[in-house]
Amino acid sequence: MERFNVLWLQAASCGGCTMAALDNGHAGWFAELARFGIDLIWHPSLSEATADEAVAIFERIAHGTQRLDALVLEGSVLRGPNGTGRFNMLGGTQRSMLHWVRTLAPCANYVVAAGSCAAFGGVPMAGSNPTDASGLQFAGSEAGGALGAAFRSRAGLPVINIAGCAPHPGWISETLAALALGGVEADALDSFGRPRFYADHLAHHGCARNEYYEFKASAEEMSQQGCMMEHLGCKATQAVGDCNQRGWNGNGSCTSGGYACIACTSPGFETSQNFLETAKLGGIPVGLPLDMPKAWFVALAALSKSATPKRVRANATSDHVIVPPRTDSGRRK
Amino acid sequence: MTRRVTVGPFNRVEGDLEVRLDIDDGVVSSAEVTAPLYRGFEQILRGRPAMDALTLAPRICGICSVSQSLAAVAALRAVDGLRAADNGVLAANLAHAAENVADHLTHFYLFFMPDFARDVYSGRPWHGDVAARFKAVQGSAAQAMLPARARLLQIMGLLAGKWPHSLAFQPGGTTRAIDLGERVQLLSIIGDVRDFLERSVFADSLDNVLALDSAAALATWRDGRGGDFARFLGVADDLALDRLGRIALPLMSYGAYHGLDAPLFARGVYDPVTAGVAALDPDDISEDVAHAWMRDTALRPAEADTDPDADKPAGYSWCKAPRLAGRPVEVGALARQAVDGNPLVRDLVARSGPNVANRVIARLLETAKVVVAMHDWARRLDLRAPFLDRAARRGAGAGIGLIEAARGSLGHWIELGDDRIRRYQIIAPTTWNFSPRDRDGVAGPLEQALAGTEVGDEGARSVAVQHVVRSFDPCMVCTAH
Repeated sequence: MERFNVLWLQAASCGGCTMAALDNGHAGWFAELARFGIDLIWHPSLSEATADEAVAIFERIAHGTQRLDALVLEGSVLRGPNGTGRFNMLGGTQRSMLHWVRTLAPCANYVVAAGSCAAFGGVPMAGSNPTDASGLQFAGSEAGGALGAAFRSRAGLPVINIAGCAPHPGWISETLAALALGGVEADALDSFGRPRFYADHLAHHGCARNEYYEFKASAEEMSQQGCMMEHLGCKATQAVGDCNQRGWNGNGSCTSGGYACIACTSPGFETSQNFLETAKLGGIPVGLPLDMPKAWFVALAALSKSATPKRVRANATSDHVIVPPRTDSGRRK
Repeated sequence: MTRRVTVGPFNRVEGDLEVRLDIDDGVVSSAEVTAPLYRGFEQILRGRPAMDALTLAPRICGICSVSQSLAAVAALRAVDGLRAADNGVLAANLAHAAENVADHLTHFYLFFMPDFARDVYSGRPWHGDVAARFKAVQGSAAQAMLPARARLLQIMGLLAGKWPHSLAFQPGGTTRAIDLGERVQLLSIIGDVRDFLERSVFADSLDNVLALDSAAALATWRDGRGGDFARFLGVADDLALDRLGRIALPLMSYGAYHGLDAPLFARGVYDPVTAGVAALDPDDISEDVAHAWMRDTALRPAEADTDPDADKPAGYSWCKAPRLAGRPVEVGALARQAVDGNPLVRDLVARSGPNVANRVIARLLETAKVVVAMHDWARRLDLRAPFLDRAARRGAGAGIGLIEAARGSLGHWIELGDDRIRRYQIIAPTTWNFSPRDRDGVAGPLEQALAGTEVGDEGARSVAVQHVVRSFDPCMVCTAH
């Protein structure tokens, strides 16, 4: 098998995308990488090489004496203060991560943003954005970022954005493996550069609260079982991700964990406020399901509320099932 | 003649780090520690709705995200005088314990031990065995540890939706009530983790490990034993790691796993010189910015601001310098276990003080203790009772949240008005351990621990320096936040 090599760097990150990646696979992430012929040239949390040994690797790549298949960046790129990038220096090099990212990205066949920070700027961009943080090729939903909208990696692709805070471990390892296998073209990515294998779904798809959603039987407080869209801020009908079609840490997900989807795969998710309350206008949630006409949504919601079975209504505001489904005395049709 | 060298990027720590060493005749005479990343969370949080802290604060750190959540929760709870549902306390302890055990194992297997697989040790009798087991990325130990870690973190899927970065931790408790079958799943996961510890880490039952009560008992126990802990003890003896990274600063703990009554591990300050325990008064905590790239501000965190100044001439780190009653202190598993009175840890500290070997030993012993406690917490969940109490919040006033993260004492100081954040100050474990000098020129714990390290002709390449730094299990992303 032809080897595929990866340089992983951390800019203004929390390290959570690496922590998620390490959670991948029954055999462990290292075995999963090996299976697809992927070599980590260097990873800040995992490699033996340190200090000048590591810097020597970066210099070989920059000088073109070391091939680089994929540069993976975790964390936002800090451009401040005043465009110097000094809020995030790479230890031992007297140079900013901004410098290293701009130096190494053009050397890579593929550039991959692991997580919403590297993709869109993420949490460090929140509020006044005190460090002038941005993503690699987006600042929020605006194209540009640290590399510019026109950037294309050597293979001709824009930055591949594995958005999520943190992303599912599978999103990371499947993206890297797909690149190693070859044949990933521009049509594999959506308009924000996110791999469509997970971004062509909504976080809502497969939510265990679907029956409550259908009947608009809403939870009023956290920890209750009902749908969290009406009162508790859930954005799963507006956020991309197959979050409820694959388990997180076993069988978990945000909505199964009892709290709202905060749309962490979306550019600018950090600019929201009051994440756990639904913003409403005239009693109607401001954010309605993507591509659904508002009038239809309101009409259907009113209709389904009036048809809600007692069982569903009662269980929606309880933290466990208090009215079980009625059994039919063993008769089956 | 003094030679100054710079070590960085300092990897296999969480985040990035730079260390500058002054070397005289092959010995480190002085060290300066730099946190090279500043993201500005305290500035980002200011002015936002109070509860937004629960979304943003955990994202300070991907390796101790539950700790950051729980410190924010504790501070919000303190503002409003709230109590969590009993089940919520137990479930939060379980999730927190899962994260902390995962962190201790990640440190030992992925961050710390791979240094002993380096070629520089190829002449040592243990090198072949240790390199096969711990070589970075390739060693056999990680192949076994990663699936065990993933299994352990399934506790997050059950109790908190996912890890890292969960919103399950709330002032009133936790958001997911589990049922009869899920309690069994929890116990099954805890059992699997216990099996991994007993088989791979200790090669003995946890009961036997936890019965060890002195350095002599430990020496007898490990004689001829397999397992990765004994493997480490053999290396530690050969390399005299108990003489490396030695300091004698007070050891501090905020108390860990606040239970329905007392915390599992006690709060206090242990003096390794006098072997005395003192009460901890949060009013004694201050933060000095004399050598941080920060504008002057109040010393007390409840009154301080964070205002970066990259051009400050005296600055050399984004990290502020926290002090307890004016002194630097060491935090972490060693401090926690010494304060709590663990007889083996107290004996080890009495014999050789806080040092590289004892920090690693304390971390693994604590792992064993916590896994036993997890089983008990899971059994005590009352499946008929709520996990989350309705919380009537006022959203005005000041509060402090003091908890223990895997790496040591974590505090959030919060001030709210009209349910918005007026002030937010965070002092993380590695802020304590990797603090720069203060206004009196007193060096931080790592800076003190590096002084005296023999590096010979290797200078910046000295592996001894790597051992000292990593023995603290630094989390640099938390440090300056």
